[in-house]
Amino acid sequence: MSTRTALTVPRLRRLDPLGALLAAAGAVAAVFLPFVVLKSNRIVPGDPRALLEVLPAWGALGCQVILICAALAALRVSNPRVRLGAALLGVVAVALAVAAAGDALTPAGNKVVRVSPGAGFWVLLVCLGLMATDATTRMRPGPGLRVLLLAVSIAVAGLALAHGTFDHLSVMREYAVNADRFAREARQHVWLALGSLAAAVLVALPTGILCHRVPRLRSGVLGTLNVIQTIPAIALFGILMAPLGALAAAVPLAAALGIRGIGAAPAAVALFLYSLLPIAANTVAGLKRVPRAAVEAARGMGMTSWQILTGIELILALPVILTGIRIVLVQNIGMVTVAALIGGGGLGTFVFQGIGQTAIDLVLLGAIPIVTLAFSAAVVLDALAEVLDRARQ
Amino acid sequence: MISVENLSKQYGATTVVDGVSMVIERNSITVIVGTSGSGKSTLLRMINRLIEPTRGRVLIDGNDTTGEPAHLLRRRIGYVIQGHGLFPHRTVAENIATVPRLLGWDEARIRARVEELLAVFQLDQGAYAGAFPHQLSGGQQQRVGVARALAAEPAVLLMDEPFGALDPIIRAKAQDDLLDIQRRFGTTIVLVTHDMDEAFRLGDHVAVMSHGRLLQYDRPAVLLTHPADPFVSRMTGVSDRAMRLLSLTTAGEAALPGVSDGPAVAASASLREVLSELLWRGAESAAVMDADGTRRGYLTIAAILERGRPG
Ligand SMILES: Nc1ncnc2c1ncn2[C@@H]1O[C@H](COP(=O)(O)OP(=O)(O)OP(=O)(O)O)[C@@H](O)[C@H]1O
Ligand SMILES: [Mg+2]
Repeated sequence: MSTRTALTVPRLRRLDPLGALLAAAGAVAAVFLPFVVLKSNRIVPGDPRALLEVLPAWGALGCQVILICAALAALRVSNPRVRLGAALLGVVAVALAVAAAGDALTPAGNKVVRVSPGAGFWVLLVCLGLMATDATTRMRPGPGLRVLLLAVSIAVAGLALAHGTFDHLSVMREYAVNADRFAREARQHVWLALGSLAAAVLVALPTGILCHRVPRLRSGVLGTLNVIQTIPAIALFGILMAPLGALAAAVPLAAALGIRGIGAAPAAVALFLYSLLPIAANTVAGLKRVPRAAVEAARGMGMTSWQILTGIELILALPVILTGIRIVLVQNIGMVTVAALIGGGGLGTFVFQGIGQTAIDLVLLGAIPIVTLAFSAAVVLDALAEVLDRARQ
Repeated sequence: MISVENLSKQYGATTVVDGVSMVIERNSITVIVGTSGSGKSTLLRMINRLIEPTRGRVLIDGNDTTGEPAHLLRRRIGYVIQGHGLFPHRTVAENIATVPRLLGWDEARIRARVEELLAVFQLDQGAYAGAFPHQLSGGQQQRVGVARALAAEPAVLLMDEPFGALDPIIRAKAQDDLLDIQRRFGTTIVLVTHDMDEAFRLGDHVAVMSHGRLLQYDRPAVLLTHPADPFVSRMTGVSDRAMRLLSLTTAGEAALPGVSDGPAVAASASLREVLSELLWRGAESAAVMDADGTRRGYLTIAAILERGRPG
């Protein structure tokens, strides 16, 4: 026993700095901030409730024990696996607690009362999430494991949602009312982000290759794309309205294809234009990285220009090009949100409707999936770039 | 046989290669030397049409090289550059298999050829076939570069400063290997270098270039004894030209009939090496021995010194 104390004392002094910060913030949130907010309808200001008030005694106690364990792990444990486990357990505990609070505070059959997660819940969730991310980073997982972790997290959250665990919470109430539209807008969101990306790859990749082959073009082309990049999204939508509207008026076929001054067409065109620079610039940078001697040797051995481009240059440049595609995809997923303002659809519709109605739950219904999509896209494409770079040194 | 006929290259108003004509014998090593910017690489690269000449033509075994598409011509000519130019994303075996793949050899033949070349270049099959270039030492990378150039059994091998990046010991080994390879495969080799020792060691013929012009193209000994131009003597070096000349003759070639009780030297050693050995030992004469231990004859210091004077 005495050796054990001797071991723990110096460890106590070496508190983990990030862990200390997270534990302190979590403790303050748990004690002083409302865990949930009870509202008599969706837009009136709410009535704050603490964790202890909303759960049965054993549930509140269990949740607090788990949170204290997580805090201790954050402060004193250095093994990243233990830290990750404690953080994930904490996430599950606060998620179940907030779901249980929703069930407990909603009178049976009442569809007007709203139970929203409060500031205390959000701060706890962010602290535990940061702790989990930090632990994962310290474990240095390979690209495959990272994608697997992401898939498992999303699957667990999806199962809980499908099972109805959170059905009494305000955000899910908004979802229940908007279920049809949600599926449509989510599809539209992904479609706009991926479609404009695909079109941009088709144009920017050859442009980048051309700029690499003909250095005289480089500064002019990349400079022009750079200027487009500096135009604010709303302004670009505005600039595109007039020509697309005129096109629709003049060419019936264009109108029949859904091209109008407002709506999805200007949104897609704007996203496409924004996507060009990162992909073209990264293509040029990636091709520049290809060893000159390798290209010279390839030519000297009788490879054709096409064989050199596809078999040597593009493959060696691919990790850098993928980095550009990742930037664009994450940027597009965020920027599609703004497309809702000009009738382009997408999850931004809920965000702006929610702002208009001061219904924060509706804003969250749009914002949470957008953040999840962007995060997932970043994780998957980072992993892909790493796999390719590793195999090709 | 490669015939270079009145070959010129101009970039705008500057002439980089100026009316070069030379005949390169089959199964020989020709070394091109000259100061930096004298047009050596340009001349070499016009042979496999990496650069198209402004005037003149190149014939290989009597056929004009412009008679077929350039990339097909290049698949029949080996090409090695300084810094090896290996493909970083392909394994050693895949790198070596490049030209056979382009030529559509079947897999079994490619595999057999890769194995043969790895053995010739003393690269252990198990350890290196699946390795990536960055996992090799500089000397090994260079060997893979030469193996890759020889993969499709080209009759002609062009080398642009192939050993420039190697340290002196590895470089000497690479030169010995190249001489072996040349004897084994009978390849016609054209090699560009800055290093005069390398030129004299490897070259059956040496071409000296300056400002795009071919000043002299001859056997190394003739370059020393009958330089066509003061620049050629400057290139070959005036201060140690006698020793250079001695290094071009072997003990076996110069041995006199008779016996000596002096130290034994190998018939393959150069006269320069024998002289150095005699000075070191304080001996007057040496017995020249063949590799199998039979006596070839003897050499005296006086006989060696005789050979160090221009004919
Ligand atoms: N594409 C080009 N355009 C204009 N000038 C060129 C071009 N390529 C080569 N030159 C010039 O031609 C001259 C000869 O070049 P080359 O590469 O053949 O020289 P080199 O003898 O191989 O020199 P080094 O020993 O430095 O390799 C140089 O002065 C070079 O600047
Ligand atoms: Mg050169």
